[in-house]
Amino acid sequence: MSKTEAEGPPSTPVRAAVPPDAGLPSTAVPQKPAPERARDLASRITSKFPDIKVDYMREKRLKVTTPSPRIKEVAMMVRDELGFDHPSAVSGVDWIAKDEIEIVYFISSVSQAGYRNFVVALAERIPRGNPVASSLIDVWAGVEYHEREGQEMLGINFVGNPYKGHFLLPEDWNDMPPLRKDYVSPGR
Amino acid sequence: MAIQTEYDPDSDRIMAVSFGPQHPGAGHFRLRLWLDGDYLVKSEPDPGYIHRGEEKMSEYRNYIQNVPHLERPVILDSSNILFPYALAVDELMGNKVPERGQYLRVIMSEINRIISHMYFIAIEGLFTGHTTLITWCMGDRDFWIDLASRIGGARVTFAYIIPGGVRNDMPEGLTEKALKTCDWFEKRMDEYEKIFFKNPVVLTRMEKVGVLSSQDAIRLGAVGTVLRASGVKSDLRKDEPYSHYDDFDFEASSLNGGDSWSRAYVALLEMRQSVKIIRQAFKNIPTGPVRLKLGPQPRVPAGEVYARTEAARGEMSFHLISDGSPRPYRLKIGSPSFKNMRVLPHLLKNVHIADIPIIYWSLNYWPLEADR
Repeated sequence: MSKTEAEGPPSTPVRAAVPPDAGLPSTAVPQKPAPERARDLASRITSKFPDIKVDYMREKRLKVTTPSPRIKEVAMMVRDELGFDHPSAVSGVDWIAKDEIEIVYFISSVSQAGYRNFVVALAERIPRGNPVASSLIDVWAGVEYHEREGQEMLGINFVGNPYKGHFLLPEDWNDMPPLRKDYVSPGR
Repeated sequence: MAIQTEYDPDSDRIMAVSFGPQHPGAGHFRLRLWLDGDYLVKSEPDPGYIHRGEEKMSEYRNYIQNVPHLERPVILDSSNILFPYALAVDELMGNKVPERGQYLRVIMSEINRIISHMYFIAIEGLFTGHTTLITWCMGDRDFWIDLASRIGGARVTFAYIIPGGVRNDMPEGLTEKALKTCDWFEKRMDEYEKIFFKNPVVLTRMEKVGVLSSQDAIRLGAVGTVLRASGVKSDLRKDEPYSHYDDFDFEASSLNGGDSWSRAYVALLEMRQSVKIIRQAFKNIPTGPVRLKLGPQPRVPAGEVYARTEAARGEMSFHLISDGSPRPYRLKIGSPSFKNMRVLPHLLKNVHIADIPIIYWSLNYWPLEADR
């Protein structure tokens, strides 16, 4: 789905030369242009994990696709070394043609003012027939409810997330997870 | 006998009570409470009473048909939920939205922020027992609704911000009315400060109640007013200026208290900034078209995008995947209330039962937006 490969982010025309963190408390911020900082982030990830693919959704949205068993290791690195500390959302996609489910953690950075306009999308793909993934609540406590949602909407089993009940769906829901592509809404 | 402060499922002192979903203050939301007398030992949110399956629904409709139903989860703030959706579709299609359209998006988004914040501080006033504030705010809010309806054509759900721009231009001669509303409203906000925010009774009731530290706010993924009231000056309009927000002179508001009072007061500070933005936008709005002609069924190229904007309650995000067909392959709504829900059980423990409504509403939690 990504537009370009790891050689560099797509260049988008910059409208005005306004620093992204104008008016924010200046911590140790690298004041480089955004594409350079994006490449920086990508190279820091790939130098530590050479087998991991870094794509760009666009220049400030890095997509890091990891093998499922290693996601926690990469997540720890993204949090501690890159400073991405603020969970933004957790999305799940049912790729029914490839028989896979993709889990995407969108993580933004709040403490590092210079990277507040970046989002790291940490993705993993798990088999659709046996959707087991390790939970990342030890890394970012805020993903807990997002994982609960993925659990019931896509039927993913997050190992390490203690909650196994229904969160948004009714307690007596006994159909398949509704955001799976083969679930058809009533009346359709 | 001492109060039991730790949750113990076997203890016969602990009583489980439901707050909502019929409670008039809770909205369509249930909070499970475990109490020892009037002391709250543990709580757990139970959302889902108004889950409408917006994400599944959007997979059955094309990109334009999705506009009206996507604003339903948060009708108070309807333009701000459509804003990131429009940005996401624009980005996939490579739309260059006309300048006037961008300014109208900003105007509508800021008017909606005021409408939503007015509701927020009105109900916070009600829960504090301050009935003057709710009557004033609900009344004054109507002037903004009136202004919005002159632009959008409806009182709450405008379906105004659409992919490619905005639905229609604003009527002629609205600038004068808008600037008058801004001037009048700034004076009103001074009065809210005097009667509510600087009121010693209110301060006693709300200060140091439900304190959230900045570390916890970041760790738990809090967004919007909750995050900014805990001393984190994070506002996407400043951090990631979209839709010409970098043209405007305004500040991201933040406070260091982290308590219920700060969370309410930061909303007032934000309304002051919104008025500033609206005034500048009306004065500097360029002429020209307001939208691109995309047709009833636009072709959206395959791709993946994550767009986010600063809605009234915080970061509203859309993860949109298109496979090139007329309908989205996947549309994930990351709503600020869902993100802030994780803060509820963290704050709602080891407090007295009388503080529950104050803390609960100070998070500006909107059940419809969380359930989607």
